[in-house]
Amino acid sequence: MPGSETRAKALKLSRQQHLDLYYYMRLNREVEETMTRLFRQNKIVGGLYSSLGQEAISVGSAYALEKRDWMAPMIRNIGALLVKGVPPRDIFTQHMAKFTSPTKGKDGTSHFGDLEDLHIISPISMLGDLVPVLTGVAMAGRYLGQKIVSMTWIGDGGSSTGVFHEGLNLAASQKAALVLILENNQWAYSTPVRRQVPLENLADRAKAYGIASYIVDGNDVVAVYSTAKEAVERARAGEGPILIEAKTFRRRGHAQHDPAEYVPKEQRQYWEKRDPIELYEKFLTQEKQLDAKAKKEIEGKISALLEKEREFAENSPMPPADTVATGVYCAGDDCHKIRPKWERPIQELLPPKSSVDPVWVVEGFGRGGSSGGSMAPIHFGDVPAATERPVEAKSTKARDAKCTAERASEGGPHKNKAAQAKASATKKPVKKGAR
Amino acid sequence: MAPVTFLEAIRQAMFEEMAADPSVVLIGEDVGVYGGAFKTSEGLLEKFGWERVIDTPISESAIIGAACGMSYLGLRPIAEMQFIDFIACCFNQLTNFVAKGHYLWNAPAPIVVRGPSGGGVHGGPFHSANPEMYFVHTPGFKIVYPSTPYDAKGLLKASIRDNNPVLFFEHKFLYRRIKEEIPETDYTVPIGKAIVRREGKHLTLISYAAMMHVALEAAEALAQEGIEAEVIDLRTLLPLDEEAILNSVKKTNKCLVVHEDTKTGGIAGEISAILFEKAFHELDGPLVRVTALDTPVPYAPTLEEAFLPNAQRVYTAAKELARF
Repeated sequence: MPGSETRAKALKLSRQQHLDLYYYMRLNREVEETMTRLFRQNKIVGGLYSSLGQEAISVGSAYALEKRDWMAPMIRNIGALLVKGVPPRDIFTQHMAKFTSPTKGKDGTSHFGDLEDLHIISPISMLGDLVPVLTGVAMAGRYLGQKIVSMTWIGDGGSSTGVFHEGLNLAASQKAALVLILENNQWAYSTPVRRQVPLENLADRAKAYGIASYIVDGNDVVAVYSTAKEAVERARAGEGPILIEAKTFRRRGHAQHDPAEYVPKEQRQYWEKRDPIELYEKFLTQEKQLDAKAKKEIEGKISALLEKEREFAENSPMPPADTVATGVYCAGDDCHKIRPKWERPIQELLPPKSSVDPVWVVEGFGRGGSSGGSMAPIHFGDVPAATERPVEAKSTKARDAKCTAERASEGGPHKNKAAQAKASATKKPVKKGAR
Repeated sequence: MAPVTFLEAIRQAMFEEMAADPSVVLIGEDVGVYGGAFKTSEGLLEKFGWERVIDTPISESAIIGAACGMSYLGLRPIAEMQFIDFIACCFNQLTNFVAKGHYLWNAPAPIVVRGPSGGGVHGGPFHSANPEMYFVHTPGFKIVYPSTPYDAKGLLKASIRDNNPVLFFEHKFLYRRIKEEIPETDYTVPIGKAIVRREGKHLTLISYAAMMHVALEAAEALAQEGIEAEVIDLRTLLPLDEEAILNSVKKTNKCLVVHEDTKTGGIAGEISAILFEKAFHELDGPLVRVTALDTPVPYAPTLEEAFLPNAQRVYTAAKELARF
């Protein structure tokens, strides 16, 4: 696993961190294997979607988040749920449509969330919808003065939806602290990525929005974690949204019913040899971080936990039919317990302190700084638009030059818009075969 | 206290709510520097700043998604559709994510989606829509469609304070055409309550938004003929105030619904079903619908006039109904 050793050293992962990552990957896989058995026993009500071979992405990326951070997984990100603190019983009861599930049987799979404690937003089958939602979370966090980061996942397939692009564009223009993990498992149901997107690397989608991106080996958990950690820190520091393409492979079909015969044998074999858990185990053994005793302890812990959690789920009742019409609306005094947690003075946001001139020039735009107090967002006067106004042309030009110089010295991903426009105007047209 | 326009009433509601509660923010296209395409948010940016009055790219799905995400941290965003027709662009985000959230995973989304709707101003097929019924069919929303400045202000304030997603339709024909004296003190108008605009005993005219004024005009003409029509302004389409409808029809025994929405699938059909279910024996005549035609909203004034209901059509239909 190239890169892992250096990254691990650079980040100085403690033994405990290594063992955490290993534990959660193993737990992720065992939770899903338990559910496969339940599925075969006809105890799963709906479909079952496997993340076999993709555990390093769910676990490594979510492990980079802090407790206060927010996330919205996709259906296959069981590992991310476990890392954020969801007990396995919630995943079992959800799939079995039990009354004890987080949605009380109203939805299945990993479609549930927790706004108050774990800061998890429920996935939705319409892919891409969560990109603007998590952008809004990041915007609200900044507005409230919280130093939070939001994270969501998208697949190679979902990255072609309109709302993915609307969301990422809004996030970029708002410089929202969003980390978007593009999990490229190379198949959208039966359609290979080559048939979906005319790009070699889906990370290049970031270029359209002028944001930073990474490509990472999605089967290398240390690489995923290190990259996600760096991205989370950059986003938290105000650098704006960051896209991480994690390359991996979906080893099972779209869901349990799908034998995935459309996948070439060679491709499957290649990736089966690169199982993320086996790779990591080998690495940890070489590094003397994991021995047979520790491994056995972890395995024992997981099987004891899952035995208990599965039993709880199996013994739980189905929802009573008379709950069907409850909860459509939030009605009553205690249905909405979410209160804004202000971590900045509210006075900044009320007149007269909040007052501004309504023109498209805002101090601090695009420099990763702020428009007001130290916690205020970078909300963006539009420097290039201002240059079109003849009266201000001179002063704006000078400021543009200054911005460019500053950015160049910072080496940040956001280039000055005017400079960019100039550069692209002088560029030769891209050759047709360049893609 | 000078009378204010419908548009000013909406601006006041947003201004007062934002001044009273820093968790209220406005997000939409051209709502900031420009003050909104119809100037409903004029002056808000000056007072409340860039963080609370947020100009966005032309991305309706992203606007709704972001507003929803913001609400999960305790904010109360108002999302503006520049024209309500564009709400179709974020239909999925609204109906699948926002509306279902509380039922499925106990996630309230206290957002208000508001924007100018309706025809009669020659806006053509993409700037005149009445898309309320797409959403009345979606459990999880509240749908508000006021007809007077007083109600517009009071209902918008109530919508902002509501813990559910509220779609707030503003009939643009009314924006600058009607004025009303409204209190300078804080007040709300309850969501889900209709109001009797005119008392009568011979038949009930049910309407909302711009057509409520058409119904009143027709009622005036009917009164000249000795026919006393009771006019009910629904104000909220979801939840529908069944009690107000039933109380009036039990008194008059006849009902005519007038709405600017197209006929098939309009709220008149729903009201008709409610009356047949719950007041069958009280009815002395058929339920009559005076609505727009089942076509897109046409552009030419001659065509649009033929498309829209008017007081003459209501008057004629009501006279016919009164004969039963």
